[in-house]
Amino acid sequence: MTQTTDTERDAVTRPDGARSGTDAHRASSPNGSPDGSPADATIDAAGRAALDRPVVPLRHPLRWIAAAVVLVVLLNFVETLFTNEQWGWPAVGKWLFSPAILTGLQLTLVATALSAVISFAGGIVVAIARLSRNPVLSGLAWGYVWLFRSVPLILVLVFLYNLGSLYPTIGIGVPFGPQLEVPTANVLGDLAIGVIGLSLSEIAYASEIVRAGVLAVDHGQHEAAQALGLPRRRQFVRVILPQALRSIVPAFVNQIVGLLKASSLLFYVSLLDLFGVVQNLSSTYPTDIIPLLVVATLWYLALTSAVSVVQYYVERWTARGSVRALPPTPFQRLRAAVRRGPGRRPGGADRRAEAAAAERAVTAGTSTTNDRAI
Amino acid sequence: MSATIGIHGAVKAFGENVVIDGVDLSLPSGSVTVILGPSGSGKSTLLRAINHLEPLDRGVVTVGGETIGVRVRTGRDGVPRYKELPERLILRQRSRIGFVFQHFNLFPHLTALENVAEGPIASGVPAATARARAQTLLERVGLGDRGATRPRQLSGGQQQRVAIARALALEPSVVLLDEPTSALDPELVGEVLGVIADLAESGTTLVIVTHEVAFAREVADHVVFLDHGRIVEQGPPAQLIDDPQHPRTRDFLSRVR
Repeated sequence: MTQTTDTERDAVTRPDGARSGTDAHRASSPNGSPDGSPADATIDAAGRAALDRPVVPLRHPLRWIAAAVVLVVLLNFVETLFTNEQWGWPAVGKWLFSPAILTGLQLTLVATALSAVISFAGGIVVAIARLSRNPVLSGLAWGYVWLFRSVPLILVLVFLYNLGSLYPTIGIGVPFGPQLEVPTANVLGDLAIGVIGLSLSEIAYASEIVRAGVLAVDHGQHEAAQALGLPRRRQFVRVILPQALRSIVPAFVNQIVGLLKASSLLFYVSLLDLFGVVQNLSSTYPTDIIPLLVVATLWYLALTSAVSVVQYYVERWTARGSVRALPPTPFQRLRAAVRRGPGRRPGGADRRAEAAAAERAVTAGTSTTNDRAI
Repeated sequence: MSATIGIHGAVKAFGENVVIDGVDLSLPSGSVTVILGPSGSGKSTLLRAINHLEPLDRGVVTVGGETIGVRVRTGRDGVPRYKELPERLILRQRSRIGFVFQHFNLFPHLTALENVAEGPIASGVPAATARARAQTLLERVGLGDRGATRPRQLSGGQQQRVAIARALALEPSVVLLDEPTSALDPELVGEVLGVIADLAESGTTLVIVTHEVAFAREVADHVVFLDHGRIVEQGPPAQLIDDPQHPRTRDFLSRVR
């Protein structure tokens, strides 16, 4: 097969390569051939006969082979999904919507959502502090980011969990005067500890994302806002932040996906999130370990996919003003395809119709030019 | 509505580099002044100093008899000094001074109408009133039908006209224009200069930094030639542009034209 291709290529290139050196200048020679096209010795009789036919694009057999190999490997794996009893699909079906799993899922969602909101708001505050011209504020913000980016999340969580033994009571009051104190364990429930721990470390990352976004906004925008005399807060909320969001959103959504998965660490502070429930159930039903892991995988996949869909639309919204025309959403494209009528997909009949229309336009164009020339 | 502008003993340095080196200038109310000068002569910095976008190291700017960005205070040692105002007051002063940037600096996420209405809304004008006035201003610069368009979808000339409308929205007594046509394709310069010429006739005090010498001769009452942060020569355009006295002015004009 390879050999044929090689010979073919030789057949194509050799005459060309051999002659082009000597005959190239003839291409522009003025004497015309009988059929009106300029005489050119590089184009022989066969070449002239082929002029009317469409050019055949290069084929890519290796692409087809590679795709086939990958598909065969993949199908082999897919086959095992059905043949290997150990996957335990009936058990997956049994567990997927079981109350225990759904309770864990709920906790994962609540902890992630709360931490995401808190870390976004907190990230803006820390970023503003970091960008402030006040050296104490910006130094503190830097120190905060330094601390919580350096310490592993699980350490933060376990630390908070044991806060009760470090400070048995939390109190506030006049220094050396009367104090108001409550036991630490009463104030901080397990969920609060989990959310605080997740947020503390997420705020550090979110603040850097927000700071990068604010720095990416053109300096002229700050100046224009100042020149208009907009109050400080309005400069940020109305002018700077909306533009910064364009670069903040993709990075922050990435953080949220990470957060979603990091919430599985809550298991270590005795919170039963999705992963925690799966862990517990696996020790109770050791035969269902694999199906339970599959259930957890499916749910995490579903949650991440949902986040991605939201991200797509939020990014479209933040892109307004930065691109001239937004591309249609998949739904809009689908609707347009449906409106065009069944069986006429772009690339099929439509494209042919378009080509025909273009051809007509060209012909019409040439004829008018000819008319004008005459 | 217009106001006088006074610049007194202005000095500004960026590190070792002295950009404005002792400028005194007094511009009557309703006048149109063009500042000419080679690049790096400090003309943009001087213009930005007028609305305190660039705080001076020494000296003071007055607009309509009010010191901008600073006020004089006598310290405990009995020595009077100019002290910077709180930011809130500076922002309020800026809202009475229009500024047009070389690169327009329109807010890309807002429509043309929202851009123009933003300043008035921020300063407390009811949104409906501000939007109606913004529409009138857009019509005045010939863009009455483009209110719902975002800046990226406008040509450079249209963007700069929106920026001029935005600068006028707060009914400023003074409008400063920093090379308003330098970022435009040549065929778009005319429409912007037309809008500025109309503005010059309306009686607002204008200060324009530009390289358009022909336009300066047509519109300006007063031309200032700046070099190395100092005023080399100033006078009516007929005198300064057609019959420059100083060799550096002559040299500059011969290269620009």
